[in-house]
Amino acid sequence: MTAKLIRRAMLLASCLAFGMQLAVPQDVAAEELRIGFIAPMTGPFAQVGKDMVNGFEMYTEEAKNDFAGASIKFILEDDQAKPPTSVLKAEKLIRQDKVHMLIGGVLASTGYALAPVSTREKVVYLPSVPAADDLTQRESAKYPYIVRTGWTSSQPSHPFGEWACEQGYKKIVTVAADYAFGHEVVGGFQKAFEDCGGKIIQKIWPPLNTIDYGPYIPTIKQDADAILSLMVGQMALQFPKQLAAAGNKKPVIGGGTSYDEFALPSMGDEVIGHVSALQYSAALDTPKNAAFVKKYREKYGKVPSYFSETNYTTAQMIHEVMKKTGGKWPGSDEFVKQMASLKLDTPRGPVSFDEFRNPIQNIYIKKVEKKKMFGYDKDELWNTVIKTYTNVGQFGKYGKDEFLKQPVYSRDFPPCKYCE
Amino acid sequence: MTGRSKVLIVAAALVALAAVIPHTNSFVILLVTRALVLAILAMSLDLLLGFTGLPSLGQAAYLGVGAYLTAILATKYQFGLGLDFWLVVVLGIALGAATAAFFGLFAIRAGGVYFLMITLALGQCVWGLAYRWNSLTGGDNGLNLPGRPEFGIKLADDITYFYLVLGFFVASLLSLYVLVRSPFGRSLEGIREREVRMRILGYNTSLHKYIAFVIAGGFGGLAGVLWAHANGHVSPEDVVLTTSVDALLMVVLGGSGTLVGGAIGAGVVLFLREYLSTLVPWWQYVLGGVYVLIILYLPGGLMSIPARLRQWLTPAARPKQELGLRATAEA
Repeated sequence: MTAKLIRRAMLLASCLAFGMQLAVPQDVAAEELRIGFIAPMTGPFAQVGKDMVNGFEMYTEEAKNDFAGASIKFILEDDQAKPPTSVLKAEKLIRQDKVHMLIGGVLASTGYALAPVSTREKVVYLPSVPAADDLTQRESAKYPYIVRTGWTSSQPSHPFGEWACEQGYKKIVTVAADYAFGHEVVGGFQKAFEDCGGKIIQKIWPPLNTIDYGPYIPTIKQDADAILSLMVGQMALQFPKQLAAAGNKKPVIGGGTSYDEFALPSMGDEVIGHVSALQYSAALDTPKNAAFVKKYREKYGKVPSYFSETNYTTAQMIHEVMKKTGGKWPGSDEFVKQMASLKLDTPRGPVSFDEFRNPIQNIYIKKVEKKKMFGYDKDELWNTVIKTYTNVGQFGKYGKDEFLKQPVYSRDFPPCKYCE
Repeated sequence: MTGRSKVLIVAAALVALAAVIPHTNSFVILLVTRALVLAILAMSLDLLLGFTGLPSLGQAAYLGVGAYLTAILATKYQFGLGLDFWLVVVLGIALGAATAAFFGLFAIRAGGVYFLMITLALGQCVWGLAYRWNSLTGGDNGLNLPGRPEFGIKLADDITYFYLVLGFFVASLLSLYVLVRSPFGRSLEGIREREVRMRILGYNTSLHKYIAFVIAGGFGGLAGVLWAHANGHVSPEDVVLTTSVDALLMVVLGGSGTLVGGAIGAGVVLFLREYLSTLVPWWQYVLGGVYVLIILYLPGGLMSIPARLRQWLTPAARPKQELGLRATAEA
């Protein structure tokens, strides 16, 4: 009996010793910039995650992994686009890898979940993709270590609403993914569109990652002039296909992710003529973007999406800050300050930051066309820029104070006055 | 091996855990804390699966109501951030039990696969509420807790919180252990083996199953309260079907009908998923492989390893054992 006990105790002890060995913290090398990158590598958003990592790594490779003397240690964690997992991975990156900053996450909900972690642990967080409005609006004061390098969900929607009025649309039906990002994109559009005389007459909310739109498409009201869609991930492929199959003849417009380049090459010709708004288009005809697209495509075999561009640009911004500090990590507070004062020329165009540390940037209205671009010899689908709104901030044409007085856009705000 | 030496081993392991963990790195502390919370959930499920023979696929629901209760009270009413944390613990257990008492009205009528299906459906109802009731639950965004409670001792400190969770874990283990060894616990095992016979013996088996279901819900609610503060964030992702399935796998992996097995299973699953995933990209294959191997070769779970080893080392004992097994199967 005792011998057995001793044997067991020894086994237990060796197990624990093994665990401790795994848990030994690593030595911290000088002049090393440790970057924790959180992106989905598995699950429905894996392709988006791949684009994000590719974009970031393309820049670090261009810089030969050397940001003004600091060598980059890039640590990637897969969060499967599930907020609880994102939080745990962030804790791992901060506590075990002692990263200087966190980058990434995909969903708006991921952004909202990671933001308090950054505040609690006093670690810089750069949401390159999560566009949740309030991170840099009403709750901005709670998150002093956030610099958003992407966009707010409703940022492209404000000019897009005006554009829709200019097209003469009077009544629009929205079909959008039912989560914060969808609510905010639609909310911004509704506000701008109704302020210039349009009417949103119906809002349909399929859950995130819906594949079958059979239950939703037939309910779209027939007296609408156009349909606004907001799809993310694999939804973007399914909705236009099923809408076309159902015999839709109405013009279709959409939030940026509905026609983003991560999905566009896999889409059919039914999306030709669809219009969307975003701060980036791979078809943006500037020398800087042309060079970016060609290099990216050569390297990864596909056209960069906004997910690639925003992370490429994020890496560029970090590099710029490190240039100013001479390759030394300046501390979280100073880093945030330096980064928020940057004015940069990026593949998406000129970018600067507002007082809430959200980018001020161009918003492009883009139309899907089948054509040749950048000297490629095949006809392909491209998001041709048809109108540019320059230097758009997150509040659009609205005054900051007036804007912040209203609640954050949600499923019920703005209320659907013209829905029956 | 006697029951007493088993108790001693478990006690020694817990003491070792309490002594060693604070000296590991802070991420490991976080992981172990979470594993202990999930261990409470797994043990609550083991009461149903292992002792009563009710495979529930909705255990995440009780974790969910406990966690959301904690988060909603903390964010909307600033309640439960001081000494009133203990009240929240009581409320969490009560709400978990009350939810189970309500769900049990539907679930207990069914058996076997139907029980599995109905608990799954009921669990999804809780997920649906969490996901769609934006004004209360924050919808898909979930809720961020303002911080851990502070009442003389600061739970914000991860080691303190680890000890608190360990305390709750030990208390849960002890009370469940006493419960399953009580005459009531024996009656549950009787129901698992042969419900008709128990009914003939004069037991109100539905009532016994119902009570077990409610108790399991209470422990689920407790796990929820601790889970909310462990993460600082509550999301509908916590309540999804996967969490229920995970709990079931933890129990099966560790060995159902052993209580401690669920805890070991929780540790193994969490370690493989959250730690291994930071080391290698193919961790999912490892996890899948472990599940398949254990179900194929260790149907009794990890807890059956010692018995298996003994059997293997002393072949003479084998026929007797098998005879014994057959006898129970025929009963």
